Amino acid sequence: MSRTALGMPAVRPVHGQGNLHARTAFPAAAKAEMGNTQMRANIRHATHTIRGKRAAVAGELPDWEELRSAGSAIKEQVMANLPELLEEFERNVTARGGTVHWARDAEEANRIVTELVQATGSTDVIKIKSMATQEIGLEEHLAGHGITATETDLAELIVQLGRDLPSHILVPAIHKNRHEIRDIFLAEMAETDETLTSEPRDLAEAARTHLREKFLSTSVAVSGANFGVAETGTLTVVESEGNGRMCLTLPETLITVMGIEKIVPTFQDLEVFLQLLPRSSTGERMNPYTSMWTGVTPGDGPHNVHVVLLDNGRTAVLDDPAGRSALHCIRCSACLNVCPVYEQAGGHAYGSTYPGPIGAILSPQLTGITSEQNASLPYASSLCGACYDVCPVKINIPEILVHLRDEDVRTRHGERSDDGAAAAPARTRRLPQAPSEMDLMMKGASFVMSSGRRMALAEKALPLGRAVAGRDRAISWLPGAAGGWTDERDIPAPPKESFRNWWAQHADETAQRVAADGGSTGGATDGTTDGTTDGTTDGTTDGVSDRTSGGTSGGAPSGASHGAPHEGAAGAPQGGARDDTQHDGGER
Amino acid sequence: MTDAKTEILARIRGALHYTPAPAPAERTYRRSSDRLREEVVEMLEDRLVDYRAAVHRETAETLPARIADLLGVSARYVVPAGLDRSWLPEDTAARRALVDPGDARAASALGVRELNAVDAVVTSSTVSCAETGTIFLTGRPDEGRRAISLVPDHHICVVRLDSVVELIPEALALVEPTAPVTMISGPSATSDIELERVEGVHGPRTLDVILLG
Repeated sequence: MSRTALGMPAVRPVHGQGNLHARTAFPAAAKAEMGNTQMRANIRHATHTIRGKRAAVAGELPDWEELRSAGSAIKEQVMANLPELLEEFERNVTARGGTVHWARDAEEANRIVTELVQATGSTDVIKIKSMATQEIGLEEHLAGHGITATETDLAELIVQLGRDLPSHILVPAIHKNRHEIRDIFLAEMAETDETLTSEPRDLAEAARTHLREKFLSTSVAVSGANFGVAETGTLTVVESEGNGRMCLTLPETLITVMGIEKIVPTFQDLEVFLQLLPRSSTGERMNPYTSMWTGVTPGDGPHNVHVVLLDNGRTAVLDDPAGRSALHCIRCSACLNVCPVYEQAGGHAYGSTYPGPIGAILSPQLTGITSEQNASLPYASSLCGACYDVCPVKINIPEILVHLRDEDVRTRHGERSDDGAAAAPARTRRLPQAPSEMDLMMKGASFVMSSGRRMALAEKALPLGRAVAGRDRAISWLPGAAGGWTDERDIPAPPKESFRNWWAQHADETAQRVAADGGSTGGATDGTTDGTTDGTTDGTTDGVSDRTSGGTSGGAPSGASHGAPHEGAAGAPQGGARDDTQHDGGER
Repeated sequence: MTDAKTEILARIRGALHYTPAPAPAERTYRRSSDRLREEVVEMLEDRLVDYRAAVHRETAETLPARIADLLGVSARYVVPAGLDRSWLPEDTAARRALVDPGDARAASALGVRELNAVDAVVTSSTVSCAETGTIFLTGRPDEGRRAISLVPDHHICVVRLDSVVELIPEALALVEPTAPVTMISGPSATSDIELERVEGVHGPRTLDVILLG
């Protein structure tokens, strides 16, 4: 499977750097964050508000699903033709008087931007909120070179003035409430005094006053981009406050840092994304302002226009066919707002620029799953599938989470490494290694559960479990690796009798009852029982990974529900059934 | 050492080596409207009001009086050089139009501080999308350069009824892609504090839309 054998250049995936690495693994970070009850209350309020708005405006469009499918298909086209599209984009920007730079990693992008700012002689820049510049740590880098970058988005300004970290893609200060924000403004803005109230209207007014002079006097701006159109060289920024328009219009020099995956082939493609993004993101029909610019327009706006195309691990994500659709992300943050894990843990627990479900698949792929802390991220999910339901470009986040868990397990077993392409046939080159406690437990469970006879024997131990549970009928401590479970919750006492035993004694009654009702299912009932008992996994010796991925991706009803996000639950009477429907998605 | 572009392109080609060509995107979403014109205009009005923009319906005869009314008795306001002057009220001692030439390099162009000192701006528009309540400015002579519709705190925007379409695909098809494009959906707003929408941050805090038919 070596690439050189097929005459291709041997290029090994190169991972990203910067603010992509968590400093603490997710479980420990989440535990600490969950102690912050104010933060949790703020996030709960905000995410519940916005998910309601999103559902309303997405449901308003009769062709929402068609738009999602088109968005997904366009992004697939982009990835497949990325080299040609990037070169086409560069040609068109250049033809219109702009300059395109290429940056392999965070360090190179920071150096390019710093040199461009230095060339203008300015030591001040105004910034539009951008995930890419946050990812590469541009602000800190510029500060190290004596350049002050002022965030002009209200939420980013709150974070910057509070010397805090963003916790949400769209609303980075979502973890702060109005009173906390007022205190920050009062302490950090010279223009404010005690008369400042904590009304959002007053706080927005304070930000307007604080930044007005900056907008009028600063000659260099730095932005990200939501979309870059290959066919025309057009860049797009989607925003609400007008700070974006200010930065894109008034300065003489404009430097835009854009991830290479933000390319779209044609101007017409914007008609899809400009419908999907605002409705998914802020839950509005359209955001207040969207700006587009193509190179330099003489006499209107900046006359010194630069674009830095950033890799920083994106090509490593692209290298894994099972995970690369994470690059389709348009950074709407809808997945954060519906995620039960994000709602409890908050954005800081993810440790990376990219929090929430999308962060849990993007960050570990950008850095490589061998990064110890980021390897914990794919487990930061209950796999409920709500993120997939709302994703405007249909990224199957649960499937990629399971895939990355598999990659993590195989990495720890020495079956794969991020040095040689992830696509290598890892299973065939298993290195001898002592099995972990988890492996032994899984092996044991596999041995027992794959045979009806062995399972029946194991069930004879149920009374023992009841004895351990005691009078409160809960088991709150298990030894070894299984203790990871009981650290967080109790296990209910096992029942007196297993369902299998009960069924063996009552199957006949059921058959009689069905017969009395006029049905005819005797044989079918028997068949089901036998099928379950015999099991089907005897042939599977490779335990964990196969079973996990099989469990979530297999059995999806092909061509099922293509309807609204909640449709899957409609006909399902029980919680369990509903969960299954969502796992499988049914929207392929 | 290879340059960054060569290396990034090589990385991408290496990563894509086994990728089969994906199926082309199917545009099965709505691309043309089947609504009546009046229905579409009503939809635009409804969406703009929802964003807290003020909407006024005028004819060529009533337009100057409406603009005078919106400006108030005392106002210095900027207009792009290509704007139809018959839309505007007569200048008075206290109310005066300043004409911007559309090119920031021109000697008569208003500087940012002058723009910051004017009370309002009046512009035309290229096309408007009813379904999303979005007005498109594309730097045409009657819309002016971007700074004049941004810095003043009050934007009076004239939308001709025959420039209203229902859908985003219909609107984008009427936009020159390489022009500087500004899409405006209501006055500037933020939801950054507890996701509570507040109108009026850095862009014009008052948006008056005049539907001219």
